[in-house]
Amino acid sequence: MKPKIHLFWIGAAAVFAAGLMFTQVADNEFYFFASYVVLQAVIMATAWNILGGFTGYVNFGSAGFFAVGAYTTVALNKAFGLPLPVMIVAAAALSGLLGLAAGYLTLRLKGVYFAISTLAMSIVLETVANNWEYVGGASGAYILTPEDSWFFDSYIELLFMLILTLAIGSAAVARFLSSSRIGQGLAAIRDDEVAAASSGVPTLKLKLISASVMGAMMGVAGAPYPFFVTYVDPVSAFNLLVAVNAIAMPMIGGTATWIGPIIGGLVVGGAQEIITVTISSEMNLLVVGVMLVAFITLAPRGIVGLFQDFRDKKKRRKQ
Amino acid sequence: MSAPVLQVDGLTKMFGGFTALDKVSLHLGRGERLGLIGPNGSGKTTMINCISGALINDEGSILFEGNEIKGLPAYKRACLGIARSFQIPRPFRSMTVLENLCVPLDYAAWDRIGHENIRDQAMEILETIGFADRANELSAGLTQVDLRKLELARAMAGKPTVLVSDEAMAGLSSSEVDEILEILMTLNDRGVAVIMIEHIMRAVMRFCERIVVLDAGHKIAEGTPEEIVENPDVERAYLGE
Repeated sequence: MKPKIHLFWIGAAAVFAAGLMFTQVADNEFYFFASYVVLQAVIMATAWNILGGFTGYVNFGSAGFFAVGAYTTVALNKAFGLPLPVMIVAAAALSGLLGLAAGYLTLRLKGVYFAISTLAMSIVLETVANNWEYVGGASGAYILTPEDSWFFDSYIELLFMLILTLAIGSAAVARFLSSSRIGQGLAAIRDDEVAAASSGVPTLKLKLISASVMGAMMGVAGAPYPFFVTYVDPVSAFNLLVAVNAIAMPMIGGTATWIGPIIGGLVVGGAQEIITVTISSEMNLLVVGVMLVAFITLAPRGIVGLFQDFRDKKKRRKQ
Repeated sequence: MSAPVLQVDGLTKMFGGFTALDKVSLHLGRGERLGLIGPNGSGKTTMINCISGALINDEGSILFEGNEIKGLPAYKRACLGIARSFQIPRPFRSMTVLENLCVPLDYAAWDRIGHENIRDQAMEILETIGFADRANELSAGLTQVDLRKLELARAMAGKPTVLVSDEAMAGLSSSEVDEILEILMTLNDRGVAVIMIEHIMRAVMRFCERIVVLDAGHKIAEGTPEEIVENPDVERAYLGE
């Protein structure tokens, strides 16, 4: 078990170092914008998978949690002008609490009812944002990016490194959860909730932990978003595409492991960015749809599942 | 006789206007083998759902080792030492047989056993019931009889004082019934009190020291297997007038 932990952190450090190098080498700012979008998607996919993949509860309200993170930043920035890391922590706390509350109210519902209730929650929150004048209401709010970008050449490079760090952090959290005793309990809930309870698994408590971590992580993904786009309105923050991507990416990458959503996020998010610039920005939606349908019908365990099947076949051939 | 490990008094459970159990009382001695029989719809499964916490009884009390457990959620009862197997097997399908056993060891038995070598303990249980060769198989691919064995092994892994076995043998062949009986006997030898719900009378007669008969939510008879066979009320419940 131990060498594996080291391997993960070595990998994380390597990715971080590569990101730093990238900021020094690349001079076209587009790369940072594109990478930011992909990495944000990776965090969203990882977050969704904690409740959706590990625990088996499908959540359609991802955009709601994301927007709570974004609006926390908008409000705190306007009110106090706090530093970004503080606002990220606040966003995590607030959307984590929202996850806890939503979980407490809805996690007694099974399957499709839970999915619908999360969608409804997102719509309720959007209505609140539409009518909250302080953060711009329906017409949205402008955010000025700070002039100070530390030792990076531009603020987008700073944001890129920030979201990269957050993505690594959320991967670490997901990995810890999946390999821990909690992860084992979550898997038992996903497989059979009644049997889990009679095996002593505190099902409601674990589901609430799962929902809170999911919510907090989505809030974290949303918190730097206002500085990235510099203009936030309810339509963009509560965009259904955010919610759809958060579901599609883990499905395509594979929901059973922590690495599945990361692979899914990189592959789908990367493909979307490439198609947006090379073909058309409308096409990228179509691609997610086609990929999702293809994977659900042909490879329901995602890219990770395909890889595992391939490895098992090879093993069998050797024997 | 020492104080019973499980004491059910005046248990009533209603589903809307339908009374599934009407003031039923029973007790289970430490390490005892109790049979719970009755025609279909007599309330056997409702009874064990109330004992295991899947349902909450409307009236009456359930004392486990002298403490009232009414109102406790199912998982807490599992942690206290009440295990159950399900009539229709409910394995954790994404896990191997061994991993299935690790769940109750890591949760239900967590406070009562050492936290070390969970996998070894799971393996030891599989060896006791002669199931070790399947340890690393995915539970989703098991046959019916193996799924029943897994149900019992997983119940065992919760280190229970009381096991409720809900029709663990229904639909199995005669030799398979013997295999399951042997597993239940092994468990009982280790001091686990067993409540067996079963329709296969051969198994009930062989296994149980005492039998409680339910019919339409009422307890109509209680006694040794020999007494139950002779009881005219039981005959009437099963065969009619």
